[in-house]
Amino acid sequence: MYRACEGVGKLQATVTQVQPGERAAARLGTGQGAVAIALKGVSKVFGSGADAFKAVDDVSVDIRQNEFFTLLGPSGCGKTTLLRLIAGFEHPTSGEIRLKGKDISPLPPFDRPVNTVFQSYALFPHMTVAQNIAFGLEMLRRPKSEVQETVDRMLKLVRMEQLANRRTSQISGGQQQRVALARALAPQPEVLLLDEPLSALDYKLRKEMQIELKRLQSETGITFIFVTHDQEEALTMSDRIAVMSEGNILQIGSPREIYDHPAQRFVADFIGESNFLKAEVVRPLDPGAEIRLPSGATLTAGVPEGMRPAGSVTVVVRPEHARVVADPAAGALRGRLTNIVYFGTDTHYHVELPQDGEFIVRMQNQRGSEASFETGDEVGIEIGDGAPQVLKD
Amino acid sequence: MAAQDTSPAPEEVAAPTMAPHGTDYAAIAMRRERRNNLALVSPALLILVVGASGPLVVMLIYSFLAAGDYGGVVWEFSTQGWFQVFLQRDMFDDTIGFADAHLSIFWRSLSLAFITTVLCVIFGFPTAYFIATRPPEQRSLWLFLVTIPFWTNLLIRTYAIMEVIRNEGLVNTALMKAGLISQPIQMLYTDFAIMLGMTYVYLPLMVLPLYASMEKLDFRLVEASYDLYASRMNTLRRIILPLVKPGLIAGSILVFVPCLGAYVTPRVLGGGKRLMLGNLIELQFGQGRNWPLGAALSITLLLIVMVALLIYVRNASRQGGAHG
Ligand SMILES: Nc1ncnc2c1ncn2[C@@H]1O[C@H](COP(=O)(O)OP(=O)(O)OP(=O)(O)O)[C@@H](O)[C@H]1O
Ligand SMILES: [Mg+2]
Repeated sequence: MYRACEGVGKLQATVTQVQPGERAAARLGTGQGAVAIALKGVSKVFGSGADAFKAVDDVSVDIRQNEFFTLLGPSGCGKTTLLRLIAGFEHPTSGEIRLKGKDISPLPPFDRPVNTVFQSYALFPHMTVAQNIAFGLEMLRRPKSEVQETVDRMLKLVRMEQLANRRTSQISGGQQQRVALARALAPQPEVLLLDEPLSALDYKLRKEMQIELKRLQSETGITFIFVTHDQEEALTMSDRIAVMSEGNILQIGSPREIYDHPAQRFVADFIGESNFLKAEVVRPLDPGAEIRLPSGATLTAGVPEGMRPAGSVTVVVRPEHARVVADPAAGALRGRLTNIVYFGTDTHYHVELPQDGEFIVRMQNQRGSEASFETGDEVGIEIGDGAPQVLKD
Repeated sequence: MAAQDTSPAPEEVAAPTMAPHGTDYAAIAMRRERRNNLALVSPALLILVVGASGPLVVMLIYSFLAAGDYGGVVWEFSTQGWFQVFLQRDMFDDTIGFADAHLSIFWRSLSLAFITTVLCVIFGFPTAYFIATRPPEQRSLWLFLVTIPFWTNLLIRTYAIMEVIRNEGLVNTALMKAGLISQPIQMLYTDFAIMLGMTYVYLPLMVLPLYASMEKLDFRLVEASYDLYASRMNTLRRIILPLVKPGLIAGSILVFVPCLGAYVTPRVLGGGKRLMLGNLIELQFGQGRNWPLGAALSITLLLIVMVALLIYVRNASRQGGAHG
């Protein structure tokens, strides 16, 4: 069996009692830049012939050690399939999966130092909560005392001490999810695969678990590959996000890169709210480009890496990167205010543009700034220099 | 369950909402339903009482009567039948000893039934697993194939096995032709033949309940087990077996019980020399002309089955408890 957890003893010490110096040392030791999981041209085709279906299409990515790596994408885009390939439940149709430089394709799931928090939890119904959590450790033939100690620690971590001896069929969905998390964490794998592990939790517990997960990640050195539908969760927790669509990874980057500089319309649309505008490239800058909007205004815009924009392009402007102003002539765009939606912390202004349809502006509410606009007003929209982002498609 | 459904509590709860005008419709409906339920189960009850208990009572009475000279019973109280089940009076010196012949038949029946059950588990488990892991649209075909033997008369099937294993049969002929043996191996009329026959006959009774359990098994749990470093063997032991245990118990009972009382298979494949309980009982009602003994033996068989079941079920449930 692949020794999943050499050095786990050390890691456990850091979980229970973290000395700041020690933690830093551990992190340096594992090497921030070292690659934990490397996918090289991985494809997965289900079925054959006429109903062959490419669930994962030529995916290449290096996931670094101790990284919090998030897969984000709509339902059915292949996130679970990608995790199953890494866990070993599916075999790639083509391509290669390496763990710390070692090809793990021939290894069955039980020989991979990888644990999964399943989307369906998959808890063992004939065992108690504690027995579920102990299972992996028992299979690794850990001494009884260590198993007991780890199980207790995990129970505490997911706040399930009281329910340790319940059958898993007798606890709520959110509790099951926490047990699934504890069960996968207990053996201290090299890589933890989390398939929407927090989706069934209520808002407060979800926030708490998010913080716990981040803490665990920084204290244990485990690499987290995290699947979520929740873009806010992805943005707040991830070191890097991969946005997927139809089996492809469209863009990989830090949350800020993904949000501020989406490379494609799909990415911009999927994360955050977006206004899409047609524009002409005036001249390339370094970095970025100067663009002209149909209204005649010229602005500087961000440009995706490796793209040399020319001619007519689509740009995206985030709602919070624009401002509504009373003077129609003052802004980069002008239009008629059709709707004002109050959200508490901020207000959304829906502006009907003559050519590009609806443009949404989000402005923070400040004391004293209320009710300066009415629906039907002719207004201008100011767009900050550098706010537009040129898209590849 | 039924007691719960018809308990007065739901009536009380339902009554105020369902009977706004003071009439207790809910209670009436409940009573009517109870009456209908009784009407529905009465044919089954009748058959159970008359068809199952009736013969049992007759048997019980016969076992305490004296044997008639030409079969049948004489209507006078006697414990001879029960006495002869376990004991015998020596012909010459009148000392009482154990009925060794009977005891060895009891023992053979129990062990053959047990081994057959084990064989059925060994062959049936992989078969059921195989079927349960086929795509759903293929499963009914495989199930159909498994149940094909049921479509043929038991006697014909048993003679077919005889044809395969007799001295001039398929196996021996093939082995001799291949030069592997010079003398035919005696397989027919041995305990091996009886076990082979019974395993063949009762295998579907093991496969079907096992399959029913396995079909319900969530194979994602197997993946979760692999994910947590459990080898295939450990996954079988710690995850699959505990989860399909209901099927395993049902299958074992369905195989063990009829094996214990098997009659046709030991008669044909054991050649009348290797008796099992069923044959012994038949003997008493036939050539032996000792109906009270036959009746006592039948009831003994019933008791053995019940005790075996009790032990088995208790063990199984205790094991389940220990597993968590
Ligand atoms: N065993 C399989 N056989 C055939 N097609 C499959 C199989 N598993 C998945 N697929 C298909 O592959 C695609 C990707 O599935 P996957 O489960 O990876 O999606 P996902 O991104 O995890 O979606 P969700 O967010 O809904 O969980 C889907 O269209 C699905 O129908
Ligand atoms: Mg999924």
